[in-house]
This record gives sequence, structure tokens and C-alpha cells, in this order.
Amino acid sequence: MRANTPALAPGFADPVLDSQACFRALLDAMARPGTIHPIPAALHPPAPLGAAMAAAALTLLDLDTPFWLDDAAATPDALGWLRFHAGSPVVREPARAAFALIADPARALLPLDRFPLGEDAYPDRSATLIVQVAALEARGGFTLRGPGVEGSARVSVSGLPDGFAAAWDANRALFPRGIDLVLCAGSALACLPRTTALEG
Amino acid sequence: MDTLPARPATDPGYNFGYLDEQTKRMIRRALLKAVAIPGYQVPFGSREMPLPYGWGTGGIQITASIIGPADTLKVIDQGADDTTNAVSIRRFFARVAGVATTERTAVATIIQTRHRIPERPLSAGQILVYQVPQPEPLRQLEPREAEARKMHALADYGLMHVKLYEDIARFGRIATSYNYPVMVNGRYLMAPSPIPAFDNPKMHRMAALQLFGAGREKRIYAVPPHTEVQSLDFDDHPFKVWRADRCCDLCGAPDSYLDEVVTDDKGGRMFVCSDTDHCAERRGAGHRGPLAGHALQEIAEGKS
Repeated sequence: MRANTPALAPGFADPVLDSQACFRALLDAMARPGTIHPIPAALHPPAPLGAAMAAAALTLLDLDTPFWLDDAAATPDALGWLRFHAGSPVVREPARAAFALIADPARALLPLDRFPLGEDAYPDRSATLIVQVAALEARGGFTLRGPGVEGSARVSVSGLPDGFAAAWDANRALFPRGIDLVLCAGSALACLPRTTALEG
Repeated sequence: MDTLPARPATDPGYNFGYLDEQTKRMIRRALLKAVAIPGYQVPFGSREMPLPYGWGTGGIQITASIIGPADTLKVIDQGADDTTNAVSIRRFFARVAGVATTERTAVATIIQTRHRIPERPLSAGQILVYQVPQPEPLRQLEPREAEARKMHALADYGLMHVKLYEDIARFGRIATSYNYPVMVNGRYLMAPSPIPAFDNPKMHRMAALQLFGAGREKRIYAVPPHTEVQSLDFDDHPFKVWRADRCCDLCGAPDSYLDEVVTDDKGGRMFVCSDTDHCAERRGAGHRGPLAGHALQEIAEGKS
């Protein structure tokens, strides 16, 4: 390595078992919307990627998944790290992305419908947005209802843009089409699949 | 590197869980979409597995993609832990993933099943993986994939109601006794795999996550926990479960699903729990059925 080459931060220490453990956290989070799961792997990605966002990306992205980053996430370090460890193609148009990494949701999350929403016959061909928020807490905030939620659940998400609730209602009304969200805060994550109704 | 966690002892000729990492990621992405769209069949790139189609290639690929060293795996075939298919799949994962296996429903974290749901209610920490031969509930009614897909897109399920109505017109009741179609979350018609209709009510608002894999047909679908799963019926012909009007001859269970076993060539027969773990647990707790102590029980308990 040349002396002036910046060191590349490592990915998962054990790519096989770490991605398996992170996937189980993701699967549980998607199956039980709003529940908050710590990432079961030590990861120190370059800023602005948080540990949970980076873990979700390494678990799900590979050469088959074009992804889009917002301006805040697209730093040279982050881009280089994702390209090296995941090997996914980066796309400039949100409409071509299978995944999107959004580090500044206040500015870049909405409108949701610029991402692929799937088709009525193939609703799975929709984007999954991995969004870094300021904080996740299992109380206050939204009341969640829908598949995976027993009765109702609560989660508060700080850092979402104004108008998110209305945009989410519109996304849910598209069912079975629609995008799904992975919300990451530090080293914890929660999911909002398209079926989840938010109140409050 | 000495910082790596200890890995379970596995066959060094294979990646952990048999599948390569890129295949696992593809299946994992399909699983997340399947959970997000309850009851919708997500196409996936099913791989060739070291066992023939029809032996659970879809279920095995799901299990291989989710299983980790901390899991305890149970595999059942028609409720039984000791059949060839169940034993082979348990041994497969013990070899390629080094995981603990069990026959006890209560301690398993992943239960792969062929055609039954265990009698014991499943809990939030468990995942039920179904082996599915035919994921498309409309296939017998509409053989064209493109048309069936359009019917799902439009939620046009009248044809299935006609089929159930024809049952009533011909037999006086809905005569479908297994693979009984269900509506998931009020939107998608879903094949519950060939479980007896007796098991359908267990799917409704189950606390465990339910994943379905069809290897030959290359489809994955899912039912998240606490999700509405309604068996199709009519107001004047409500869904009814059917079971043999007997108790288990070995453990006396009056409410479990029973298998009929022919015991000799003189018309002798007995009814036993299809769920072998449930039956053994009840016998262990001191329950006795009318034929307790029968030679079949000794075989079941490995005494002869």
C-alpha cells in the first residue's frame, strides 16, 4: 500500500456469521414493525454512515442491487467503502435503485414516489430505503398498527421531514405496491414495511 | 485473526449453511419483501440442492439463509420428527451449519415443516419454515402463470369461491381437507401448503413468523406475526375443521390431529397423534390412551 493511500475501514469481521446475525435482526424488525433491534456486529464505517446503516447495507447489497445515495451519504469515503465491501453499482436516478441510502432524511427522503414502487403484478420490485435518523425510541411518537403488530405499538423517530406522515399514508394506500423503510439510528434499527399504519 | 468469534464445527468443504453468500443475500432480500407484502409470492432464484425437488428444497434454502450458530433446529414431516425426510434435513444442517437440533417444539428456534403445524402454540422467538410443493393457490383453476398473476394483482378471487361452491353443490359441504385456501391480511389468496385444514386456524394471528419456500416453483412468501389469516368460506357454510372423532390411542389427547395406523391384516387399526413430540410429551406427563403400551409405542420410543 502506498503511504498516501487512505486506509480503508474494514467491513464485517466475519462476513458470513455477521451478515447472518444482522439479517436476523432485520428480518425480526421487518416482521415486527417498530421494534428496535441493536446490530449484533461491531462495525466502524466511515462517516456519515452509522453502524446500523452500514450493517444493513453490507447484509443486503451486492452486485445485483443498484443503489442510490443522497448527497449527505455520498462522501468519497462512504462511497469507496460501500463499493469495496458490497460491490454494488451506484445509480444517479432514484427510479433505478433497488436500495437507497439516505443520511439526511429531512432533505432527501421525500417524495417517496421517486423511488420504484413496484408493479401491481410484481409489488416486490420496489425500493427499500435505508434511512439514518437522529434517534429511535420505543415510546411516544407514532402509534403503529398492521401485520406484525399485536394490537398497537409505539415508536418515536427523530429526524424525519415534515409531511412524512402524509407521505407514508399515501405510500400505504398504494398497497400492494409501495416502498419499505429501514430506519437506522447509531447501531440500532427498526423497520416500517408498507403495510404499517402510522397515527400521531 | 484471533478476534473472530468461535465458529461451530462444520464440514469444511461447504460454506456455513451450504449456500454461498450471494445466494443467501438474494434469498434474504426476497424474504424481507415477502414479509413486507404478506401472502404475496416473491419470485427467487432457487438453487439446486443436494436433494430432489419435492423433498423440501424451498424450505431448506430459507432455513439455510436464516440459520445461525445460536439456533436450535427442529424438522418435522407430517408432524413426525423421525421420518426419513426430517432426519436427513436435521443431519444436513448439523453437518453444514453445526447447529444444535432437537425434536422438542418448545426449545426450537427454527422449525422446518412439511405439511403440519405443531400442536403446541408457537412463540415470538420461533420461526416456522414451510416446505411448499405448489405455492400458487389458483394453479388448479388457472394454469397460466401470467393470468394467475393478474388475478392476484386485481385481487380477483371469484374463481376460488366458485370452486368451493361446486364442492357444496356436489358434496353438501366444502370437501377440501388440506391445502385449504386462506386470505392473508384481507388481500392475498395464499396456499398454506398441504397442511390439514385442521391446522389453518393456528396460522391466524400466530405469534411466530411464518415463512414459505417452494424450491421447484421458485417462490417465497410469508405471514408476519399477529396477522389475519382467514380460511375462505361462505356465511351459510362457515369454515369447519375436521378431525377423526377419536382420542389418541397412545396418549389419550382428545384434541390433536390424528393419523390412522393399520396394525395387522385383520382390520386392526389405531389412531395416534400426528405430532410425535406432542404425543411423547403427553405420555411423559403420565397421560395414557386406550392402547397405551401397544407394540407401536415401543417402536416410537425406540425400545424395539
